[in-house]
Amino acid sequence: MQPWMMPGWMGAGVLLFAVAQPAAADTTLNALFMKQAAYSDDDIKSMTADFEKSHPGLRVTLELVPFEALHDKIVATNGAGAEGYDVVLFDVTWPAEFAKHGFLKDVTDRIPADLVGQVFDGAWSTVTTGERRWGMPWILDTKYLFYNKAMLAKAGIAAPPRTWAELADDAQRIKDKGIVPYPIVWSWSQAEALVVDYSAITAAYGGGYGENGKFAFDQGAPLAALTYMKSTLDRGLSNPNSTEYLEEDVRTVFSNGDAAFALNWTFMYGLANDPKESKIVGQVGIVPAPGIEGKAAVSAPNGSMGLGIAAHSAHADEAWSYIQYLTSRPVQDKYAKLSLPIWKASYDDPAIARGQEDLIAAARLALPELSPRPVTASYQELSAILQKALQQALLGQATPEAALHRATDAAARLR
Amino acid sequence: MSARRDRFQAWLLLAPMLAIMLGVTAYPIARTVWLSFTDAGLSGDSSWVGLANYGDALSNPDYQDAFARTLYFTGISVSLEIVLGVLVGLLLNERFPGRAFVRALMVLPWALPTIVNAMMWRLILNPQYGSLNALLTQLGLLAKYRSWLGDPASAMNMVILADVWKNYSLVALIVLAALQTIPQDLYEAARLDGAGAWTRFWRITLPGILGPLSVALVLRLIEAFKVFDIIYVMTRGGPADGTKTVSFYVYEESFTYLRAGSGAAYAVTVACVSGLLIATYILQLRRQGRA
Repeated sequence: MQPWMMPGWMGAGVLLFAVAQPAAADTTLNALFMKQAAYSDDDIKSMTADFEKSHPGLRVTLELVPFEALHDKIVATNGAGAEGYDVVLFDVTWPAEFAKHGFLKDVTDRIPADLVGQVFDGAWSTVTTGERRWGMPWILDTKYLFYNKAMLAKAGIAAPPRTWAELADDAQRIKDKGIVPYPIVWSWSQAEALVVDYSAITAAYGGGYGENGKFAFDQGAPLAALTYMKSTLDRGLSNPNSTEYLEEDVRTVFSNGDAAFALNWTFMYGLANDPKESKIVGQVGIVPAPGIEGKAAVSAPNGSMGLGIAAHSAHADEAWSYIQYLTSRPVQDKYAKLSLPIWKASYDDPAIARGQEDLIAAARLALPELSPRPVTASYQELSAILQKALQQALLGQATPEAALHRATDAAARLR
Repeated sequence: MSARRDRFQAWLLLAPMLAIMLGVTAYPIARTVWLSFTDAGLSGDSSWVGLANYGDALSNPDYQDAFARTLYFTGISVSLEIVLGVLVGLLLNERFPGRAFVRALMVLPWALPTIVNAMMWRLILNPQYGSLNALLTQLGLLAKYRSWLGDPASAMNMVILADVWKNYSLVALIVLAALQTIPQDLYEAARLDGAGAWTRFWRITLPGILGPLSVALVLRLIEAFKVFDIIYVMTRGGPADGTKTVSFYVYEESFTYLRAGSGAAYAVTVACVSGLLIATYILQLRRQGRA
């Protein structure tokens, strides 16, 4: 062989090696999840380990971020192309925006038609815009009303409240008897959690954020909801620290026995009954969030989340098999303590209900009634406007009317 | 001839570094300025909109509020850092047992990552079990536990407290280094002339550290004006926007609302203020070089 031929020959060898490499090596999926409510970090890691075991050659790199960082992370890594995420967890409020900007792959054709009827409608609405689906629903969640059975018994309250007015009355009774200084605790920090609580109460008052695509928060149900929220603070029924709390803080306060009532996601039921995490094991009651006399039997804000394939993923098929695995009934049934399955049939399975009968009973009533937050492709911005207005009213910087009037004006200027 | 060759050679040797600096610093800045005149989203097409983004940004009342808030944060936190830094620097310049240990301890807040510092202060300020509440109620200064970060009246001041705790030590370090360059015989001569401690501070110490101190001041101003991380972790801008500074607008416009164009316009306005501060810093450095 002539010396000048060497580089070419070697180049060909390298090329061969490079082509042969992917087949032999593992495919690595990058997946983005959240570290807040629903499935715990350990749950997600262990599901993923099981998936890797049953799918040789596939590996998943997990990244867990707080909910508050999830949206911006998905958006910012879109520019990274195939180097970004393959699988992302997304919130019920984002598909309109993500579809508009093409952040997710359309998976409508990947979902078999016979699957549709087996999953709750509220779960599907989490991943759907118009006729297109952008992922599989994974976390089917709503906020429930948690109550401390011992405190209610001590106050002589026979049954948990069924309406928001009853909740305030019961809280007043508990406060008057000196059982706990602030009977209700909420996640009313300047964050999405605040909008969830607000939308839950708004839906109970009859819902409706305006007509013809124009938002109107300063009248009817949206105004009544905020007025109610503020009144519970003014009467000393709600913990004043609520305005800096997120869901995790609500859980600590409730599990510490410092509140009689709390609105929170499913995950709190398991943790408030875990002796390592809670001082009130065995005292945890759960019912659907209350309704309004003559208007709604329950409140059930849709807080579901879906798993989608990032638009630039180079491993769409592998990503889909991972999503299929995580959302499959056996996997969801196995981890049904902190987050409940999307599958209707799971709720008739005594194995799922065992040890959490109250939760399943509440879920059966709430899940068919899931109500949305305001729907718009500019949801992030609308939510920021609402968060500020709601906090201004709750902190006494403006009346509910004035705050929501400003929010309505600001929403009208959204591009 | 040889001088010309020397100059040519110097530029030749500097060229790779210059190219890197242009690529890493100048290009992104130029692109940001260009973006700020367009309606670009995070992806997709964009068109020229002239000064519209700047008009929107500067006429946004919320942004004006944020600007005032940022000035408040910068003014208060930097003033406190300077005063505390000088006092601590003076203390650590004295001889006392355990001085080396205390000097090492002082570096700790500055060496902590901002995020860790912010998380730590969130725990200290926790309304349910925070140690600040415990301390104040046990001292009888506070009747009952309260929310510090959920109350607009206290949230910003608490963030300032956390920032001061972290950054005063940088000022103290610079002051300590400067103090050691002041000749001791100046003090001895002053003592012989009957100057008291107060006079010695104003006549000898302060003039001696003023140069480095003003550099520290401008550096801290630059840092404080673009504050983001500590607030993002402690309050995310709440309650009711009470801690939302100008950097939040840059971030939100670009990454939360996906408007790279107007996000860039916000960024340029912040950069202009930083630019003014940086110009002051460079002037200050030059003046020091001449002195």
